[in-house]
Amino acid sequence: MSRDAASKIRVMIVDDEDLARQVLREYLSAHAEVEVIAECSNGFDAVKAVAESKPDLVLLDIQMPKLDGFEVLELIGAEGLAVVFVTAHDSHAIRAFEVHAVDYLLKPVAADRFEAALAHAKERLEGKVLTAAPPPAQLATAARPPSQFLDRIPVRNGSSVFIVPVAKLDYVEAQDDYVALASQGKKHLKQQTIAALEAALDPSRFLRIHRSYIVNLERVVKVEPYGKDSHMAILTSGVQLPVSRAGYARLRAFLDR
Amino acid sequence: MHPIFGQLRRLLLYLAAWIPLAALLAYLLSVTGELSRVESACLALPLCFLYAFVCLSAWYPCRVTPIDRTAINRLALTHVGGALVCSGVWVLAARILAWLLSSNVSEFRSLSVHLDPALPLIFGAGILLYLVSVFFYYALIALEASQQAEARVLQAGLLAREAELKALKAQVNPHFLFNSLNSISALTSSDPARAREMCILLGDFLRRTLGLGEKSAITLQEEISLIHAFLAVEKIRFGARLRMEETIAPEALGIDVPPLLLQPLVENAVVHGIANCIAGGWIRLGVQCEDGLLSVVVENQFDPEAPSRHKNGMGLMNVRQRLEARYGHRATFGVTSEGDRFRVGLTLPAERRSPAS
Repeated sequence: MSRDAASKIRVMIVDDEDLARQVLREYLSAHAEVEVIAECSNGFDAVKAVAESKPDLVLLDIQMPKLDGFEVLELIGAEGLAVVFVTAHDSHAIRAFEVHAVDYLLKPVAADRFEAALAHAKERLEGKVLTAAPPPAQLATAARPPSQFLDRIPVRNGSSVFIVPVAKLDYVEAQDDYVALASQGKKHLKQQTIAALEAALDPSRFLRIHRSYIVNLERVVKVEPYGKDSHMAILTSGVQLPVSRAGYARLRAFLDR
Repeated sequence: MHPIFGQLRRLLLYLAAWIPLAALLAYLLSVTGELSRVESACLALPLCFLYAFVCLSAWYPCRVTPIDRTAINRLALTHVGGALVCSGVWVLAARILAWLLSSNVSEFRSLSVHLDPALPLIFGAGILLYLVSVFFYYALIALEASQQAEARVLQAGLLAREAELKALKAQVNPHFLFNSLNSISALTSSDPARAREMCILLGDFLRRTLGLGEKSAITLQEEISLIHAFLAVEKIRFGARLRMEETIAPEALGIDVPPLLLQPLVENAVVHGIANCIAGGWIRLGVQCEDGLLSVVVENQFDPEAPSRHKNGMGLMNVRQRLEARYGHRATFGVTSEGDRFRVGLTLPAERRSPAS
């Protein structure tokens, strides 16, 4: 499916600095086939605006208030969206391409580099059906440097965004394609597999005790036998979670350390 | 470790120094008492040899009662007591030696009797010699302390140089430059006059930081005007999001501070505070001068839930190291965060440039 020549490319600019947005707007103004549909100055607004106005291309700063560019990308999860990062930091380039960014522009942004990025984005959009990339959520997790574990998990509910600090996460429950994050008596649904989340959490603080459960070890009060072969973990909140045989072995191994 | 007893060479030298003392004692004994010259020499030599070792022990009380940190009466009590005891032991040793000689050697039969009138002389000499060694040890300890202090100063100087160099290299944050250039690039078409203004402000700030490389201290006033140059650039980038409040005691302006000590704190407040707040926030700079101490507080608002940037603290760590290397225990540095407020406080000795330099 090729892009209808009549319809414009809908672009969103996300940067917390007014002047930085202004440069991009100016570069885009030379292109009649492009339309700037929204400008956002922080990550929360960006997630909301993407959900509401479904842009084709997002020009995304990385260091912003509330959510950084990678967290925004993780949350918007829109298929067929082209993302170009625009930042003063060259240290995120590898990670950006791992999450399938179309291009990575460095500030100050040169006009010819911008044109090249726009051309790449158009190519990507033309063939957007062909590139059935994995869901961005998984990519963003996979691209995290191995030594660095999550310290917060952004969750999107419709167009609003909620941040779950990992320290306040009690346990995680798998629910089909989603995970439910239990924190401070509430559950937040996030589209992610439990295995991907497990990989992003610090293994010295979080343990997969069951096919469907990851538990925050600080919250575990005791583990009791339950039935013939299995156990039950009791958390500070009183919640009881099933512990599988393999999970129990992992728990024992952790406690013996 | 005993400074003399620990090394054979020093010990031999020390014992050699006692030979003239022994000769002197022998002479005194022969002139004042009823002892013959031979008797005096046979007594004085072994006695001095023994007392040389007794006096070595004076080092221990000297070490536990440092002369500059001990009350004078305690000092006197310790050493006079030590002198009396050691000299008493020495007199006793003299009598035992005399008795041994007189009962075993026929020529010295009357030695024991002849010695008695000389005992006060020996006792007095013992006290004197002991006190002399006390003075000697104190002099030795002072010498060692001054050598150590010199080495420490040298070390601190090296550390300070190193930290200074590192600081200057790290000083102009490249991302500050890149972002500023990007802002200028935006302004060139929309507001050329402002673009030019920003170029000039940026140039002004850079020139000031470059010139500071060779200086070891600048006045607080110069440092604050450097901060103003920095903020003037950042104000164009952040607009109304950046609000600066200053409370500066005017008498503090003339005080000397290491260059670029405070600017990194303000930059830190911008990068990790203001840049993460949607509506921006304030930075408060407070400077006070009291009791010979300059105290500076940089406080800023921040978003405790902001995404983590590269572990910051490099700038803060640098400031802390430079303070430590330069002032040691005379400077303090503390970081606290409470709610949405981040606070860096430091104190350093308020030094003013001497009129000569």
